[in-house]
Amino acid sequence: MKQTTGEKVFGVFNMFLLGMVALLCLYPFIYTLTISLSTATEASRDGFHFYPKEISLTSYKVVLSNPDIVTGFMNSVVRTVLGTVLTLMATCVAAYPLSRREMPHRSLITFIIVFTMLFGGGVVPGYLLIKKLGLINTVWVLVVPGMLSAFNIIIVKNFFQSLPESLVESARIDGAGEWRILFQVFIPLSKPVLATVALWSAVAHWNAWFDAMLYITDDRKQVLQTFLQRIVIESGTKMMELGINDTAVISFTAETIKAATIIVTILPIICVYPFVQKYFVKGIMLGGVKE
Amino acid sequence: MSDEPNRRSRWVDYGRNLGLISMAIPVVLFFLVFSYVPMTGQVIGFKDYVMSDGVFGSAWVGLDNFARLFGSEDFPRAIRNTLTISMLRLCCGFFAPVLLALMLNEVRMAGYKRSIQTLTYLPHFFSWVILGGIFMMIFGGGGPVSVGAKLLGMTPPSFLTDDFWFLVVLIVTGIWQSAGWGAIIYLAALSGINPGLYEAAVIDGANRWRQTIHITIPCLIPTMITLFVLSLGGILTAGFDQIYNLYNPLVFDVADIIDTYVLRRMIGLDLSLAAAAGMFQGVVGLILVVGANFIARKISKGEQGVW
Repeated sequence: MKQTTGEKVFGVFNMFLLGMVALLCLYPFIYTLTISLSTATEASRDGFHFYPKEISLTSYKVVLSNPDIVTGFMNSVVRTVLGTVLTLMATCVAAYPLSRREMPHRSLITFIIVFTMLFGGGVVPGYLLIKKLGLINTVWVLVVPGMLSAFNIIIVKNFFQSLPESLVESARIDGAGEWRILFQVFIPLSKPVLATVALWSAVAHWNAWFDAMLYITDDRKQVLQTFLQRIVIESGTKMMELGINDTAVISFTAETIKAATIIVTILPIICVYPFVQKYFVKGIMLGGVKE
Repeated sequence: MSDEPNRRSRWVDYGRNLGLISMAIPVVLFFLVFSYVPMTGQVIGFKDYVMSDGVFGSAWVGLDNFARLFGSEDFPRAIRNTLTISMLRLCCGFFAPVLLALMLNEVRMAGYKRSIQTLTYLPHFFSWVILGGIFMMIFGGGGPVSVGAKLLGMTPPSFLTDDFWFLVVLIVTGIWQSAGWGAIIYLAALSGINPGLYEAAVIDGANRWRQTIHITIPCLIPTMITLFVLSLGGILTAGFDQIYNLYNPLVFDVADIIDTYVLRRMIGLDLSLAAAAGMFQGVVGLILVVGANFIARKISKGEQGVW
């Protein structure tokens, strides 16, 4: 198609504008990275800090030698792995019967599940329930209550429904029961949608903080996000006290510590992001498939 | 007696689908325990909850908690703030993803388009604990935004403690975080437009601008209605994660929303009051979603709507 001059000018301008938008999306992270790598004097200088002029790794040494951060990191890894595995298994088991027409009371069960998207008990009754169940200060409180979401179930259910029905019949003829059909036929065929659900769940678990803030009072079981939150709120004072016993005193500030903690927290996501982001997007398309 | 064969066939039906039922039972139990039990737990909004008496043992007090809520200064303020922030978000932010999608749609170089897209939805993948920490540095005194303001010859305001500027920060960072992700759904809608429409328009002599006005935008309207309905339903939740991680007592006058109010009451151990506030939010929210969906269906004569 031939373009007029006006359209060409617009095209270039549009691309320039989008470039600026993308830079704006990235800049806060660049700033944080720069501050985290800067010396104290450099970090406290006013400026845009596009790149570190005087590099210092002291902040990272302080952060990584803080036992809270290490514990938090490990706890976050555990909750992410355990939570993702549980979510995947449970979502498949929930979605499979709903994807089958012969399931008795299918629409009633679907309603029971979908209604939870519209109305919930709220934080207070939720808290009382968790307390009653004795889940406070256990890893289970972080992975079980959020294990099943209506949204994930619907996405996986829709995918299951798009698979040919003859799969079920032929597996039945071969003598397979429903559990076996689910695990040996449906799940292996549903890798794309399951990858999406797994990634969403993993990111959500890594980022989750509210449940940990409410339900975990024992610091040995606390997650990284909560420690980060404390550092941000307390402006790193506690961290400084912890690291203050060596000559590093002048080479970091509350700001560089905060920035380094943030970078440590986002690093796992940044590392996998370029490889997996297409699955994230695929998922939102699958989610668009209406009932 | 006439339903006798019916009943028998139902049991036969159950028997034939034992495998499926054995999967569904734990799932239904899960939702009953973790979603529906808390819904019934909301009754403490009508009670004077005492921990030792439990949810069912505590004394009924009728609407006392609601009278206290609406008689206080803080709760009506929280409702007002919630509505203000939600409205601001809708007015300032609703079209941002549409605009971004339209701009991306005009880019002919696939690689450039993909890179831009990847960068614009990056912020969606981080919690507000992280983003809050970052923005406190960015908008803090001596941060790059203040530096920029000074370069332009302005006296930088204190962005995070001034009522007006706090709202600006809230709205701007909200759009920053969600516009890229929000654009995905519009891009999907754009890719579903029949190319024949554009070909016909070209033959009729329409330039790209007219094509956008007369084809692209009308094709996006159903998606926009659906998303608008969804956001209307969420009007009583003004973005708890973001606000909680950015606000401070100095801006409570504009930033204390229903969710933050509920949390503070809960931490203050006034559980009945917190539950009453949460119940108000949940019930009104439910009415809003159902109502908005009903309206969306009416407008599009049954074609649109979320369900």
